[in-house]
Amino acid sequence: MMTASNAPNNPLGGGHSTALVRVERLTKLFPVTRGLFRPPSAHVHAVDDVSFELFEGESFGLVGESGCGKTTIGKLLVKLMEPTGGRILFRDSGEPSPAIDGGFRDIVDTKGKGLKEFRRRAQMIFQDPYESMNPRRTIFDTVAEPLVVQGIGDSLERLERVGKLLELVGLSPASTMLFRYPHELSGGQRQRVAIARALVIEPTFVVADEPTSMLDMSFSTTIMNLMSGLARQLGVTYLYITHDLAVARYMCQRIAVMYLGKIVELAETEELLSNPLHPYTRALLSAVPSPDPASKREPVDILGDVSTPVNPHPRCRFHDRCPMAVQQCYDDPHPPMEDHGGGHLVACYRA
Amino acid sequence: MMEPILQVSGLSLRYDTRQGEVRAVEDVSFDVLPGQVMGLVGESGSGKTSVAMSLMRLLPDNARIAGGQVLFRGEDLLSMGPDEVRSYRWNRISMIFQAAMNSLDPVYRVGDQIMEAMEAHDPGVTTQAAQERIRDLFELVGLDPRLAQRYPHEYSGGMRQRAVIAMSLACQPDLVIADEPTTALDVIVQDRILRRLKDIQRDLQMSMIYITHDLAVVAEVTDRVGVMYAGKLVEAGSTADVFNSPVHPYTSALLSVFPSIRGPKRELATLAGEPPNLIDPPHGCRFHPRCPYATDPCLTEEPPIVDRDGHWAACWNPLPVSAGPPGAGLAAGPGNQQG
Repeated sequence: MMTASNAPNNPLGGGHSTALVRVERLTKLFPVTRGLFRPPSAHVHAVDDVSFELFEGESFGLVGESGCGKTTIGKLLVKLMEPTGGRILFRDSGEPSPAIDGGFRDIVDTKGKGLKEFRRRAQMIFQDPYESMNPRRTIFDTVAEPLVVQGIGDSLERLERVGKLLELVGLSPASTMLFRYPHELSGGQRQRVAIARALVIEPTFVVADEPTSMLDMSFSTTIMNLMSGLARQLGVTYLYITHDLAVARYMCQRIAVMYLGKIVELAETEELLSNPLHPYTRALLSAVPSPDPASKREPVDILGDVSTPVNPHPRCRFHDRCPMAVQQCYDDPHPPMEDHGGGHLVACYRA
Repeated sequence: MMEPILQVSGLSLRYDTRQGEVRAVEDVSFDVLPGQVMGLVGESGSGKTSVAMSLMRLLPDNARIAGGQVLFRGEDLLSMGPDEVRSYRWNRISMIFQAAMNSLDPVYRVGDQIMEAMEAHDPGVTTQAAQERIRDLFELVGLDPRLAQRYPHEYSGGMRQRAVIAMSLACQPDLVIADEPTTALDVIVQDRILRRLKDIQRDLQMSMIYITHDLAVVAEVTDRVGVMYAGKLVEAGSTADVFNSPVHPYTSALLSVFPSIRGPKRELATLAGEPPNLIDPPHGCRFHPRCPYATDPCLTEEPPIVDRDGHWAACWNPLPVSAGPPGAGLAAGPGNQQG
């Protein structure tokens, strides 16, 4: 059993925490096409030179507004998309690539048998429980599919395993659920099925892309509790993608804030919320309304709207909206991530 | 005592479906005072949008108003003929729709669409007066007036939402119904629009009904709030009272499952079960199957109204005035033990 409780206390990797995933200079560009036979005129820098580590057993939050690249990172990490550049190192029991130390292998180049084995370790939970399930397949078919693909067990063992998992995610009694169809379930129940499907092959790493944002708050809290409970029980590491900082606060031990393809700040959750250093993080936090009529927020005003990361200048992406920007922010390349103590990383010249 | 601008009493609404009659809104009553923002909060299917649509008389064909009265400045909106309703809609009461971003016509300039709405409801308006008014409206919602000559696809999501707010204000209504106007927007854009909307409401002394599932938005925008559950209004009162001292266990549960980024990290409770099917809602209190305080009368009898100085709830077992932290009595979930 992984020491989930130790991971958050050791953000720098000292002591008990060991990295499960190491992302190095990850980049994903999407071409902007002008027509079928013409070369792309520009590129959208959806993810631009991003590096971070996920520790074993932790829930790592990736937050930001629409279009900041958080879902793209999620898809790259479970290999639903190929990166344009960079490495994604994954530590597992599989055969490590010979060139890389520490039991890691680069999943970017992994193909064939190695890829299939990686799929056994890494799963994804999607945002929309209504669209991520085949309406013509029963709950059993849906949840058992990864077992079938991986050739795990015979049909009886699969039935038993799926039943056990449905009970685990709170769909009980499982016998009444197994042969229903998705349309017979509520949104909350479907998202439980999605979680069961992701966990049925006992992955070590799960990317959860806004798993609760389509649900009402009362279901959402239940699903959040379920997911963190299962993480501890099964030793799963989550990459938790969300636009909702309050959800990230409850789900994640560490949070990375993204803006236009870049991680601009990364820290332990409570540290990030109480001591935000990047001007964008400050603006983001100040814009979140409080469920307390007496609380008064100090609005942080930032200028204009989010621009698009099409062939951006190699300078700070936030320079044009930043209330603290100085000439350096316009002239110099994008600020590097620097440690401001205790693993609180910020990419800002003015922090 | 101010005369309410809107008095809803005993409103009930049914939808006829193939599975049966859905009792979507049941005996809902509330008042809106002039210059006041009344919030309606609840989860999906609680009936809050149905209430709004009844007030606008914009119901689908399978909907039927089964009872009640909606008095707008003393006149009953529900008994009006179609022509009379049309003269009220947009002129006196307007609405900002959910997913309003997509309610603009992509092939017309935004300014022309607002102009069309103005001309339809005020045939006497001259083009020049309308154009001036649109310029004022754009400035009011914080849009560059030159954008009126642009098409919706040239707008960002937040800009479209502002344009739709401008449109809802075009005929200077007395009451605006806003149905989840910022739900699809990112938090920074939402914050700007909420602040702007609140300023406009205050400056024009406009009355407003604000519908949302987001308790944090309710806390910041509304003066009074009504909590809906399964088609019923279960609690209503001043926003501060309802948040600080909820009377109904459902309100308390809703508050306790809502996470916040501010203040100490408190435990989030979980609310077991799911809202009932409204074709055959539970007898007695509709919340009783999920309520940790349910007793025998809750299962069979309609709950009585408990009134604490205008802050009321329909409940057999109302929470005491200082019930401690919201959600006391609910199970703490497994996710709450971690630091």
